[in-house]
Amino acid sequence: MAINMGSVMGIIFANMHDNTISEITKSRTMGSVLFGGRYRLIDFPLSNMANSGVSEVAVITKENYQSLLDHLGSAREWDLARKKGGLHILPPFGNVEAGLYRGRLEALYGGISFLKASRTEYVILSDCDIIATINYKPIVNAHVESGADITMVTNTGVYTSDVVSTSTVVTADEAGRVKGVLHKPAISGECTISLNMFVMKKSFLIELLEDGIARGHYSFERDVLQAKVDELNIRTYEFNEYFSKIYSMQSFFKANIDLIDPENSRKLYNPRRPIYTKVRDNAPSKYDLECVVKNSLIADGCIIEGEVENSVLFRGVKIGKGAKVKNAILMQDTVIEPNAVVTNIITDKDVTIGENRLISSSEVHPLYIGKGASI
Amino acid sequence: MFNKKECVAMLLAGGQGSRLYALTQSVAKPAVPFGAKYRIIDFPLSNCINSGIDTVGVLTQYQPLVLNEYIGNGQPWDLDRMSGGVHVLPPYQKASGSDWYSGTANAIYQNISFMDRYDPEYVIILSGDHIYKMDYDKMLTYHKQQDAACTIAVIDVPLEEASRFGIMFAHDDGEIYDFVEKPKEPKTTLASMGIYIFTYSKLKEYLIANENDKDATKDFGNNIIPALLANNERVYAYRFDGYWKDVGTIDSLWEANMDLINPKIPIDLYDPSWKIYSRNPVMPPQSIGKKANVQNSVVTEGCYIDGNVEFSMISNGVTIEEGALVLDSILMPGCVIKKGAKIEYAIVGENSVVEEGAQVGSRPENVENRDEWGIAVVGHNLTVSSGSYVKPKQIISESV
Repeated sequence: MAINMGSVMGIIFANMHDNTISEITKSRTMGSVLFGGRYRLIDFPLSNMANSGVSEVAVITKENYQSLLDHLGSAREWDLARKKGGLHILPPFGNVEAGLYRGRLEALYGGISFLKASRTEYVILSDCDIIATINYKPIVNAHVESGADITMVTNTGVYTSDVVSTSTVVTADEAGRVKGVLHKPAISGECTISLNMFVMKKSFLIELLEDGIARGHYSFERDVLQAKVDELNIRTYEFNEYFSKIYSMQSFFKANIDLIDPENSRKLYNPRRPIYTKVRDNAPSKYDLECVVKNSLIADGCIIEGEVENSVLFRGVKIGKGAKVKNAILMQDTVIEPNAVVTNIITDKDVTIGENRLISSSEVHPLYIGKGASI
Repeated sequence: MFNKKECVAMLLAGGQGSRLYALTQSVAKPAVPFGAKYRIIDFPLSNCINSGIDTVGVLTQYQPLVLNEYIGNGQPWDLDRMSGGVHVLPPYQKASGSDWYSGTANAIYQNISFMDRYDPEYVIILSGDHIYKMDYDKMLTYHKQQDAACTIAVIDVPLEEASRFGIMFAHDDGEIYDFVEKPKEPKTTLASMGIYIFTYSKLKEYLIANENDKDATKDFGNNIIPALLANNERVYAYRFDGYWKDVGTIDSLWEANMDLINPKIPIDLYDPSWKIYSRNPVMPPQSIGKKANVQNSVVTEGCYIDGNVEFSMISNGVTIEEGALVLDSILMPGCVIKKGAKIEYAIVGENSVVEEGAQVGSRPENVENRDEWGIAVVGHNLTVSSGSYVKPKQIISESV
């Protein structure tokens, strides 16, 4: 029997994996990292939940969440400004004794009264490190049908050690029952990695939390998945559609650049399951008389007078006359002044690259220029 | 009870816009796409909120479906208010019968009860077919200074165009002493912009009198303004010197779009202090391909472009395939221009498809007889099949 998605609550961890791109998350949460020309990472899990029919979502924050609050507002853009349910922000529930939470269990425990008060029956947990369009409905249905205690969304593929060493890796039998769990192992090759999305019964989660906190546990991966792999029925749900995972500066750069290829962007962006984001009311982008733009992703509000190749321009970026931009990710309101040349760089919001400047880096290690810098 | 509002706006959006032919067969003129990501009505609505007017009645009659859906609760323009906000006002059935809106004045007359609820001092009458940025609050201040019954916004137009407008005769102090609707031989160049501020008590008085006059056509230009002048009411001209364009015809709609591309035309949509708001289509950024060549154009989100685009306005969700050519044209939302198709001096309506090798429009220099040249138009949701040619000036409302 299909589950009514109105009985499912979404929980998004906005701060998990902050440390993987620490430069960009210096003054913001992972969830509010800018991505793909006009989005923030949290737009993906939030839109996926909204499009799957989830109407109550809690966002758990830890630090630096001002930009996140500003982005989410009343959550109207995700159609989550509701009388019943809707979006709830759960700021850190630290106290003198406990300090800020150390892991997923403590983070969730901070919001336990909210969990208990909700009338929903199931929960979907998601981080903000996976960029994908996912329908959660079949995942919740598979979870209910299989009778699992926990269903984790996974992908099996050939992965390099830099991905695996930042992931939870599982081994499962043919039926999808998890038999072994490794947390951030130093291996590579074919393996099944967790996409950091989990489905379970809300009452089961509350039990896990109360039991775990009483024992001083705080890590969901180590103290639940790993420690209880035999005792619990943990199952995988293989997700085989297009996705990218942010686990380092290079992967962030690549995930953006990959979307320039229309083949990839058409896989990610499904017009029936749009990815919502905060509306900024920019005018459309203007291409000038002498501009040359090839193989790039351009958001609204840009004014392009120079050359742009193989790059992602966020909203409100200006490229001056004679400027050359190649392999670059230019976040909101970046200004490349006339005749400046930039290659392999990531600029954060409000960066200005002065006239005639030449900034170049290698493709493997793109140079990151912090928010508001003027060079 | 409703909060009192100093000024309420009434936006006339019921016109059929029959001179836009195929583009207004299924949508009212104010809902016609404009400037890549806007619809015409975004301009007066944004002007209202930017001028501090938060109560707007939108009078609809012709093909209201798209327009109603577009306006919705008014949230994109910040017009979703507890008190006031935007209200769509179609004609409705009353105890003593029901009437369609039979003229601009009649439309406002039928909504006196709407205006009364806010007990306004002033009412501003706007129309939904002009592209401009204007601070109505400045005009209201002028209206108060002149202690006028009615203030009419006017703009200087070239003498040769003056016969298309309502032409004012004003003293040096701005007081209007005569008015001629669309004169054959215009004597001045002060054209009415179709924007009126009335002191509400006067407006009500004249609307009721007009309604009781069996011979009246129930129109502001033909009846209300002449009646005010005949009774020596204080009617003033408010001069506006910014960009203003009527987009009631195919040619003017095309020109106004092209004006947004022309850096010499003074309408700045990038000014953060006077944003033009619109309902966001929720689409990914525009994707410019390896083979693409885009210059001198305006493009918005959701487009996939791999062809050649110059001097054109490309709306959301448009696809232009490799080798396709789009010159001096307007592509409305969701159009698909397939490989090798050629679009020149044309307007292609929403969700229409131009198949491989088809051609729409042509450059003026390619046409021998200049009288036969004009903007080619493909209506909404049509297909121009391979090998077809939509000639310049041709307007199609069925697939070819």
